[in-house]
Amino acid sequence: MIGFTHYLILSTILFGIGMYGVISKRNAVAVLMSVEIMLNAVNINFIAINKFIRSETGIGQLFAIFVIVVAAAEVAVGLALIIAIYRQKKSVNLNDFNLLKW
Amino acid sequence: MNLNDAVFMLLALITLGSALGVVASKNIVHSALLLVLTFLGVAGLYFQMNAGFIGLVQILIYGGAISVLIIFAIMLVMDVEPEKTNLPSPSLGRRLWGVYLVVLLIIALGASIWYTKWPLAISAVNSDEMTALADLMLGKYVVAFEVAAILLLVAVVGAIILAKGADDK
Repeated sequence: MIGFTHYLILSTILFGIGMYGVISKRNAVAVLMSVEIMLNAVNINFIAINKFIRSETGIGQLFAIFVIVVAAAEVAVGLALIIAIYRQKKSVNLNDFNLLKW
Repeated sequence: MNLNDAVFMLLALITLGSALGVVASKNIVHSALLLVLTFLGVAGLYFQMNAGFIGLVQILIYGGAISVLIIFAIMLVMDVEPEKTNLPSPSLGRRLWGVYLVVLLIIALGASIWYTKWPLAISAVNSDEMTALADLMLGKYVVAFEVAAILLLVAVVGAIILAKGADDK
């Protein structure tokens, strides 16, 4: 019988996959995509807790909406930064982003 | 195994499989398309947990807006042949370190989740979740709501200036 723990474990595994992507990838866009996977895993937790543990009605869903809003803002700014750096350095490899000012 | 469990297993398989594909693929276009599949799988999980509104928001924002944004950025910055755009880190130590950390995280968190006695209480299915959300959003949490609105505005303006370049006049 599928219950609360299964959702939490699924989201833990999803978070782990995203974390592996952040650590092992060198392409800046791929790292950003892995961060999105991690944020989605957190959202699954919020919704599961909202459903299976008694709390104020809808509070978990509200927090999930705020996480989605912040994630959207983060992706927009992150991709703009990547494009701006690509103009200067002609690369999206994180190992090439080694200057504080250019 | 009843229908609910089967649906959960199917959605979990889609979500985890395509998430693994995102980090394993060597072609970043494939990664981006698998990422859309991951988002849709997560949206299916939301629908299964009676969170229809969040599921729709997930499909609209993640499946629509964010994935299109990511694919646009990939098209703008891709300059080598596609099979080499998303190679893993060349250092083996870093990859092993990543696998080690992830296995540690999953074992530790998974065991603590599995053995905890959760104070479970299935809340009554309220068919009116939108009203509850709206009351919270414009009542108790109105400050957070307005801050989120300002954050989105600042992020959009900042993204335009960063990507276009500001005129120093």
